[in-house]
Amino acid sequence: MTNGWTDIRNADVVLAMGGNPAENHPVGFRFVMEARRNRNAKLVCIDPRFTRTAAVADCFVQIRVGTDIAFLGGLIHYALSRNRVHDDYVRAFTNATFLLKESYAFDAEKGLFSGWNDESKSYTDTSSWGYELDERGFAKTDPAMQHPRSVFQVMKAFYARYTPDAVANICGCRAEDFLKAADLITSTHTRDRAGTIMYALGWTHHSHSVQLIHAAAMQQLLLGNIGRAGGGVNALRGHANIQGGTDCGVAYHNLPGYLPIPKADHESLDAFVAAVTPKPLSPTATNFWSNTDRFMVSQLKAYYGAHATRENGFGYRLHPRLPQAEAAGYENWSWAYMFDHMYHGRMEGFFSFGMNPVSNGPHSKKAVAALSKLKWLVVAENFEQETAAFWRDDIQALVDKKPEDVQTEVFLLPAANFAEKDGSFVNSARWIQWKWKAVDPPGEAKPDQEIIARIFLKVRELYEQEGGRRPDPIRHLNWWYTNPAQPSLDEVAKEINGWAIGDVRDAAGSVVVRAGQQLSRAADARADGSTLSGNWLYIGMYTDAGNLTQRRTAADPSGLGRHPEWAFSWPANRRILYNRCSADPEGRPWDPSRPAIAWSGSRWTGDVPDITADSPPSAGLGAFMMLPEGVARLFVPGQFVDGPWSEHYEPSESPVANPLHPTQSANPAVKPFRTEYDVLGTADEYPIVCTTYRLTEHFHYWTKNNPYSMQLQPEFFVEIPEQLAADKGIANGDRVRVSSARGFVEGRAMVTRRIKPMQVAGKTTYQVGFPIHWGFLGRGKQQGALANLVTPTIVDPNSFAPEYKGFLVKLEKL
Amino acid sequence: MAATLNIVRVSASPPAAGIRSEPTIAKLVDTSTCIGCKACEVACQEWNDLPPETTVQMGTYQTMPDMTSNVWNLIRFSEHDTDDGFHWLMRKDQCMHCAEPGCLIACPAPGAIVQYANGIVDFHQDACIGCGYCMTGCPFNVPKFAEKTRRVYKCTMCVDRVAVGLQPACVKACPTSCLQFGTKDAMLQAANRRVEQLKENGFPQAAVYDPPGVGGTSVVTVLAFGDRPELYGLPASPVVPRAVLFWKGALKGIGNLAIAGGVLAAAVHFIRYGRKQKAP
Amino acid sequence: MHTSRREFLKGATTGGVALSVLGFDLTAAMAQVRELKIARTTETRSTCPYCSVSCGVIIHTLGDRSRNVTPTVVHVEGDPDHPINQGTLCPKGITLKQNIVNDRRLTKVLYRAPGTRAWQERPWDWAVDRIARLVKDARDRDLIERDARGRAINALTSVGVIGGCTDTNEINYLLVKAFRAGLGVIPIEQQSRI
Repeated sequence: MTNGWTDIRNADVVLAMGGNPAENHPVGFRFVMEARRNRNAKLVCIDPRFTRTAAVADCFVQIRVGTDIAFLGGLIHYALSRNRVHDDYVRAFTNATFLLKESYAFDAEKGLFSGWNDESKSYTDTSSWGYELDERGFAKTDPAMQHPRSVFQVMKAFYARYTPDAVANICGCRAEDFLKAADLITSTHTRDRAGTIMYALGWTHHSHSVQLIHAAAMQQLLLGNIGRAGGGVNALRGHANIQGGTDCGVAYHNLPGYLPIPKADHESLDAFVAAVTPKPLSPTATNFWSNTDRFMVSQLKAYYGAHATRENGFGYRLHPRLPQAEAAGYENWSWAYMFDHMYHGRMEGFFSFGMNPVSNGPHSKKAVAALSKLKWLVVAENFEQETAAFWRDDIQALVDKKPEDVQTEVFLLPAANFAEKDGSFVNSARWIQWKWKAVDPPGEAKPDQEIIARIFLKVRELYEQEGGRRPDPIRHLNWWYTNPAQPSLDEVAKEINGWAIGDVRDAAGSVVVRAGQQLSRAADARADGSTLSGNWLYIGMYTDAGNLTQRRTAADPSGLGRHPEWAFSWPANRRILYNRCSADPEGRPWDPSRPAIAWSGSRWTGDVPDITADSPPSAGLGAFMMLPEGVARLFVPGQFVDGPWSEHYEPSESPVANPLHPTQSANPAVKPFRTEYDVLGTADEYPIVCTTYRLTEHFHYWTKNNPYSMQLQPEFFVEIPEQLAADKGIANGDRVRVSSARGFVEGRAMVTRRIKPMQVAGKTTYQVGFPIHWGFLGRGKQQGALANLVTPTIVDPNSFAPEYKGFLVKLEKL
Repeated sequence: MAATLNIVRVSASPPAAGIRSEPTIAKLVDTSTCIGCKACEVACQEWNDLPPETTVQMGTYQTMPDMTSNVWNLIRFSEHDTDDGFHWLMRKDQCMHCAEPGCLIACPAPGAIVQYANGIVDFHQDACIGCGYCMTGCPFNVPKFAEKTRRVYKCTMCVDRVAVGLQPACVKACPTSCLQFGTKDAMLQAANRRVEQLKENGFPQAAVYDPPGVGGTSVVTVLAFGDRPELYGLPASPVVPRAVLFWKGALKGIGNLAIAGGVLAAAVHFIRYGRKQKAP
Repeated sequence: MHTSRREFLKGATTGGVALSVLGFDLTAAMAQVRELKIARTTETRSTCPYCSVSCGVIIHTLGDRSRNVTPTVVHVEGDPDHPINQGTLCPKGITLKQNIVNDRRLTKVLYRAPGTRAWQERPWDWAVDRIARLVKDARDRDLIERDARGRAINALTSVGVIGGCTDTNEINYLLVKAFRAGLGVIPIEQQSRI
């Protein structure tokens, strides 16, 4: 979230799209209701189904699953063509003024950007997706935004195709409904109104998910809603610490603090730093990533302690590097790729801490087949679940095998749950909150830190005793904890924040942090080995004042729901990201009744400013300190593999060819997998659009063990539009089968008026959908109803998120 | 506010002495901000240690057709089409805690049903004889008979919590604050404010549901379609059934016979079922 | 469940019928309402482990102050001081007690030998020894010390690790530190993509 849950109450318009917050984040949704009660705010819900969010919305528009970019493109066009844009904001805080290279082009007929190679069917040269630079290496600009190659003008032309009729034709809604929603949403372009977006997995589970969020960001920038109280683009996220896991580098491509993983090419620390540190594209850019070397060295010091020396590049070569791929680029070990590698027999052992890939990964059958190829599998869990038990008769039957065929050795380790251990979670508002242990785990269950530590220490012991391949990283790992087999999470939190190993000096040579002190500012991290910090992003969470994630002062001096002394919010306890944009170029809040920060004459006051605290507005420092442009990107110069603008592409399985460019229907950058499980269906056999989702009564695949949750939603069901049910002779409560090209799932029919038939490109199109929550193990009626038996293995080419929403099925009555 | 639980009425008993004037408490149910999450359903069960029911998917988001002796509140879902669109209505169904409680009036068992001065109508199962008269006396079809214990159960408005200044468990849990708790005056005020807001936002027929036929209720409900409470599963003008009023009215006239009735009922109960059965 | 319900209702009034028949004033007896079940509990501040709103919860335990008694969770309720949830919870959060006290919880190490159809109970030490041996064997065999171009990349891709989305930051960090920075494991993922 750029803003946070408590800030949503400051919004005038809330757009819930790509998420169903009333259903999946009901408590966070209270702030929407508060905004409504107290500010008469309007809630706009755009969704394939009339959801619980829609039930309390002021405006609801049903769209076809997977067409959100078309809808957002329509909003962008609506705002640009009707002058519903916050002009001063856009000029000051976005790259709308930047000039693009002459070589950049988009072929609207073909639906392809410049750089496409027709032979290899891929973008082989994306160098044209960039700015025209001056002799200093800075982007050229036109402050008037009139130059035909200015981002603003190019954008206007690009989105001119997204007329209300085009939106209606693609999305399957009525143009007048789109216009009603567009009028409400774009009403926040004035300085005295603010609008927010709440989205979740309804936007990320697509083969064009990153571009979808790009479109949302563009819309909010045009309306001047980023950085403001009641504004922002708010990713609601799914799990308790999914944000923290992402922050802490639990992803193959990132180290903690979003430092990229070193690649095979980066043979030394210097080479790594040179390759990944961005160069500023504007003279007023802070370009905060220029501190990459400090953050990396501090992290290496945390990993390897005294073994990280200046001489050995701070232990850089002890750390693994991402292998080069056989074809080009680097190996991809993201979730779906990992299971593809596993299926091809490239993996031998696997640990799963509280995860259930048979249920939650794309295409359960492929996951079962892949796991069956492992030599060993270790699962640490609270409850027995489908992944640990993938060898069972009923689960192996999915891939026509028996337990005897599975040679995998499986360990199911009983793990402590949330109440049985302490430590911190980061919520989607970036609040790092400590929790305290309430009880001991049951029986022989153990906390995960002990499981990880004991396995690591045992492996280390074996290396000490027997030697082995390259033992140095294992021997030199800085496992300094007082109780090594049960590391105290308080000690780990201290290390994540980090401390000064030696005195830390500023440019003038005076000591700013004494040796032994905890760091309190990211800027105090050093690249000379005098600081240690496991994750620079969390610096400030555990200072000499103590563990600030334990703070529980609810005071809110702003009156706007910022609660600065409640826990700690990364980065730097900032509650609203990009808050420089909440004030005009002179530093006066756009809306004085809702200031985020303001220039006092000598400093920025209010929230922790997202800009150098004493840099006056006259200095014109860029509002987006993390970006080399210093301003926000409407046009994205090369960071996304599928284009610099968000373009509507159909899902990989679609009932129609893309009405904008039928010859390039789906996202051109998508690379499908090639096993027997990676198959796609076509509309003639599978004519119905299908989506998956979650219910408020359940959490993922856990609460099927809880009696009350099972009472509230006892079994798998399929929501079916009345008209489609009538066609198929299906009555409410009948048993039905939903099949895709990959498999089928069976359950009760819920015949409803909450999903209506649509007219898409002149064709009557139906949508159905079902919630995930059930499987093979749990209480009550599980019946093997795994939603992911039917989902495709197609992933977004940027985020590698699977396309769980918007695939094709057929429906039968049983 | 509600820390004392003085009694104004007891089933089959003469009015108690020493009644003090106390503000009536109430629960606000704003159906226009209810998202049907059912937190209230299970908050109640969890707090009151009520065992879960076995349910089946019936083709609706509603958990079960009706409340049970273990489920004291239930979100009722209904779908409604109007000219300007489709509406999915959700309302928390529960005991309304009537000012003129039909259940209490009908109850022949002394002390089985009491009405506190703060408006809460509570069942005391230890005194309940399981005759089920309360069920016929209730115009909202709320009290539920448990076969196992042969007693009747319903929402207690969490008297145990209210007595120590806590809100009822369901109100405490409600994520959107569509449930609120306070004095009836305050809840009516909040309800009326919300109704005004709804009227401004395209629901001219919005209204507060506080039916006079039962003397008003301690559950104040905001309805966007206030002219059609039946859309939400609410009776348009509930009253205590005539038969109940007549029967109890006659008894009232005879004065102390009411107490005798209680003894008689207890005796009948003893003869039919024997010693007090163990609670579940 | 049954025991606690019985005990819980025990606090209700007693002898209502007898008292009323004898004509006693009922007020005192009736006003003695049900006993508050959290009157004597220990409260621990925690965070709901489900979605990413991170509601503050208070875990009520009984038995903490007694010797030789294992504390038990008797109730979980929203933290009224928390600025986000302000005491409220959703239907999952309000029933968190069932996530903690649940007869389906795993309490023993279970092991499934290759080709077999059943779990067997094993001691922790045995499991840790066996897993460590398997990890070391895999690493010794598969570690890519140098890639095809001779660059020392020190990467292990034949062992994968997933997890952490409902574990704390500290555990996530330890996982990354031990498996990636220590053992050289590259395939490390969590829920965020899916």
